[in-house]
Amino acid sequence: MSTAYEPVIGLEIHVQLKTRTKMFCGCELSFGDPPNVHTCPVCLGLPGALPAVNARAIHYGLMIGLALGSELAPRSVFHRKNYFYPDLPKGYQISQYDLPLCRGGRLGDVRIHRVHLEEDAAKLVHVGESGRIHGSDASIVDFNRGGTPLAEIVTEPDIRSAEQARDWLQLLRVTLRQLGVSDVNMEEGSLRCDANISIRPAGSDELGTKTELKNMNSFRFIEQGIKAEIERQEALLRAGEPVVQETLHFDPRTGRITSLRSKEEAHDYRYFPEPDLVPIDITDEMLEAARAEVPELPAERQERYRTQLGLNEDSAKLLADRVELAEYFESVLAVNGSEPQAVANWVTELAARLDEGDPAASKVEPGALAALVGLLSDKAITVGAARQVLDRLVAEGGDPKAIVEAEGLGAIGGGEELAGLVAEAIAANADAAEKIKAGNMKAIGPIIGHVMKATKGRADGGEVTRLVREQLGL
Amino acid sequence: MIELTAKQLADAIGRGDVSAAEAFDAYRERAAADDLNAYLWVAEERPEAGAGPLNGVPLAVKDLFCTEGVPSQSGSRILEGYRPPYTATVVRRLAEAGAPLLGKTNQDEFAMGSSNENSGFGPVRNPWDRERVPGGSSGGSAAAVAAGSAPWALGTDTGGSIRQPAALCGIVGLKPTYGTVSRYGMIAFASSLDQAGPLTRDVTDAALLYAHMVGRDPCDSTSLEHPEAIALPSSERLDGLRIGVPRDALAHEGVEPGVLAAFEATLARAEELGAAVVDIALPHADHALSAYYVIAPAEASSNLARFDGVRYGLRRDADEGLLAMYTHTRHDGFGPEVKRRILIGTYALSSGYYDAYYGRAQQVRTRIAEDFRAAFRECDLVATPTSPTVAFKLGERVDDPLAMYLGDLFTIPFSLAGLPAISIPCGLSEGLPVGFQLGGPAFSENRILDAAYALEQAIGFTPLEVGG
Ligand SMILES: [Zn+2]
Repeated sequence: MSTAYEPVIGLEIHVQLKTRTKMFCGCELSFGDPPNVHTCPVCLGLPGALPAVNARAIHYGLMIGLALGSELAPRSVFHRKNYFYPDLPKGYQISQYDLPLCRGGRLGDVRIHRVHLEEDAAKLVHVGESGRIHGSDASIVDFNRGGTPLAEIVTEPDIRSAEQARDWLQLLRVTLRQLGVSDVNMEEGSLRCDANISIRPAGSDELGTKTELKNMNSFRFIEQGIKAEIERQEALLRAGEPVVQETLHFDPRTGRITSLRSKEEAHDYRYFPEPDLVPIDITDEMLEAARAEVPELPAERQERYRTQLGLNEDSAKLLADRVELAEYFESVLAVNGSEPQAVANWVTELAARLDEGDPAASKVEPGALAALVGLLSDKAITVGAARQVLDRLVAEGGDPKAIVEAEGLGAIGGGEELAGLVAEAIAANADAAEKIKAGNMKAIGPIIGHVMKATKGRADGGEVTRLVREQLGL
Repeated sequence: MIELTAKQLADAIGRGDVSAAEAFDAYRERAAADDLNAYLWVAEERPEAGAGPLNGVPLAVKDLFCTEGVPSQSGSRILEGYRPPYTATVVRRLAEAGAPLLGKTNQDEFAMGSSNENSGFGPVRNPWDRERVPGGSSGGSAAAVAAGSAPWALGTDTGGSIRQPAALCGIVGLKPTYGTVSRYGMIAFASSLDQAGPLTRDVTDAALLYAHMVGRDPCDSTSLEHPEAIALPSSERLDGLRIGVPRDALAHEGVEPGVLAAFEATLARAEELGAAVVDIALPHADHALSAYYVIAPAEASSNLARFDGVRYGLRRDADEGLLAMYTHTRHDGFGPEVKRRILIGTYALSSGYYDAYYGRAQQVRTRIAEDFRAAFRECDLVATPTSPTVAFKLGERVDDPLAMYLGDLFTIPFSLAGLPAISIPCGLSEGLPVGFQLGGPAFSENRILDAAYALEQAIGFTPLEVGG
């Protein structure tokens, strides 16, 4: 019998902070502008230029730490991380080393190891057909991105599968988005993820040799890349070969994993305290200001919706992940608080009609949606009619009750009218009626269809079924 | 006009005895005719000057200060012809205060050296004896002021680079309290030690120039506001002043007898002026030189990483790719002393060696600062010779870096502690100037300048003849 292996995964996430200016100079952040227009002596690493810390970046760092429940450092201290590369104009990156701004914490089911601040590198553009460094004719540097504030979030190795990694990263993304500290856009590179991956025999407490999978730029590639690496490591171990500690690249086009560098080639970054910056004390005022800007975050909100409002898992998550839906949901609840799950369902229905739009900006007043849910629960309209009403509300706004009356969408209740229509339908579908009598309830479809057609969908399907059974003596 | 001090010249211009344009042209001519190799660039014409209180007295500026559109090479071939797009804060402030840029002065490459022989553009000669060095690293600034091709000059001091050349050239050099002058736009050698300061003909000029250099700069996070306004000195007495002398440190075998004699004579004068000379101990000063030669190279190894050929300065393209481009560029661009220090610094910061070298050196630095704090409970100022020797012959120490490093024996402790210190000429030995160093607690520049002024008056040092 072959051994079952358990993956052990930790993530390192780089998040570009949405400050107005760069980490250590006054240049504006940008995306997609012509190259090298947002530069100055500081972010070009010109001789004699000195960094000055962007206070807003520290503020955002503190907000992230508070949101993740981290222990916050009493002082912000920067170090230099020394290495040569053309995208690193000073020959060192100003980063944080043994004194990160935030230590520990947790998000969902994954513990946080640390969060620290640093500056982003510039962007290398490889000229040539492939667009990659190998085989390119030349490499040119765009320093617009250089010096953008980054928060590096490092998790503990608590993740056990590629799917969990993807799901957790999505939770982190919505959390950071709702914090308002980053655009967290993977395509634009404002959210970047590396994964440290090892595997071990299931049940073992020891950690296997880990590899680092670099820079996967979509949630799908993260899942695919981690999966591929787990498989690669399993194949190695089953063949009796060791996993080698190295840095890897996943190519989503081929699904192949290639080595970028081995442990022997690893840099000695020669960290030392950045002498051009003085440590910044984190004052109570700074902490209060950060705390004041941390909103209720998705994980907490989801938990509150589940436990206090009794929403199902899917609704709670959907609403919590999109703060504009959650806020709209709560304003509908303020009008009609008796049926949270029904309100959640109809907010979902509304959201589906608005594409990615904010319902608060739509023509559907929260009071109107509350009224619609009320009409439904009073059985004054059917679900089908309610959908038609919602379509009208989205298009024109207005009052659901007025729409129902004007369009004659009111439900046809249990009265004589419906009983008559059911009798007609049975008569018109004698075959089906026979089958039902013979015990095949699935044959009821054409009869219900007949009634719905006659009532333009205003009949309650459950009531129709009851009447059919009654009239057939079942 | 040339024999006037900068303050006297500013006053003369103020009175209308001479125009700022005349003053500039006179100095421009002398600077252009300089044959000491003190200048790497001289202004073609008078720049637009601020209407500030310095009245247009021209200023020579060490090469490593960035000056917009003007070569700023830090004495290095790797930056040959580099013209920055911006001007260093302190140069800009002085220009606004009315001191226009006269020229850029030669220096040891990236301020690494004590003789100016490490310049990528050839050594500077000492105007007192052309076969001798002017000291370093601000050797060009010191030689220019001593030779009267500039009324005054800006230098930088990391371990003695203002004070030692001032001493060897018989002029005044002030290294201010770390942080009181912005470093923004100074091409860095060792960030935690570098500090700009004046090189001048007398103490009054040093006070005047420094008064217009100080002030917090938002572009330099390590800069701060000086708690005192810098005043021009006037007192001719030293009554009540306690001058501490670290006798153990002076006992070093490398200190020339002639230097010691001039130093002791100056102490005697101080006593005549009312000062009390007391013995103090700086127990960790012995380790200052070794700590300095770990910390400064460590920071330099990182500061000089940006000279990679990618964006500015020298580039040696190589077919073999990026790494070869880096190594060829840096191999050809840097001189031997710079390479030596990059190697030392890289080693000192390496994983596994950091604690033993950089970490240890920082501990020594803390101890030295504590030594000074203790000493300043016993005395107000500390005095030593500035340099253990007078100006030495060109070439004499180039093959012996340790002998060269010993030249900074007395200046480095103040640098490591971030404290202000001045060097004033106090006499001659073998016909060459000897410097007297006076240092004090942080922000004690006014006290230092006052005491130096009183001593200067009493000494009556005769500078080089520069008139004509
Ligand atoms: Zn910038």
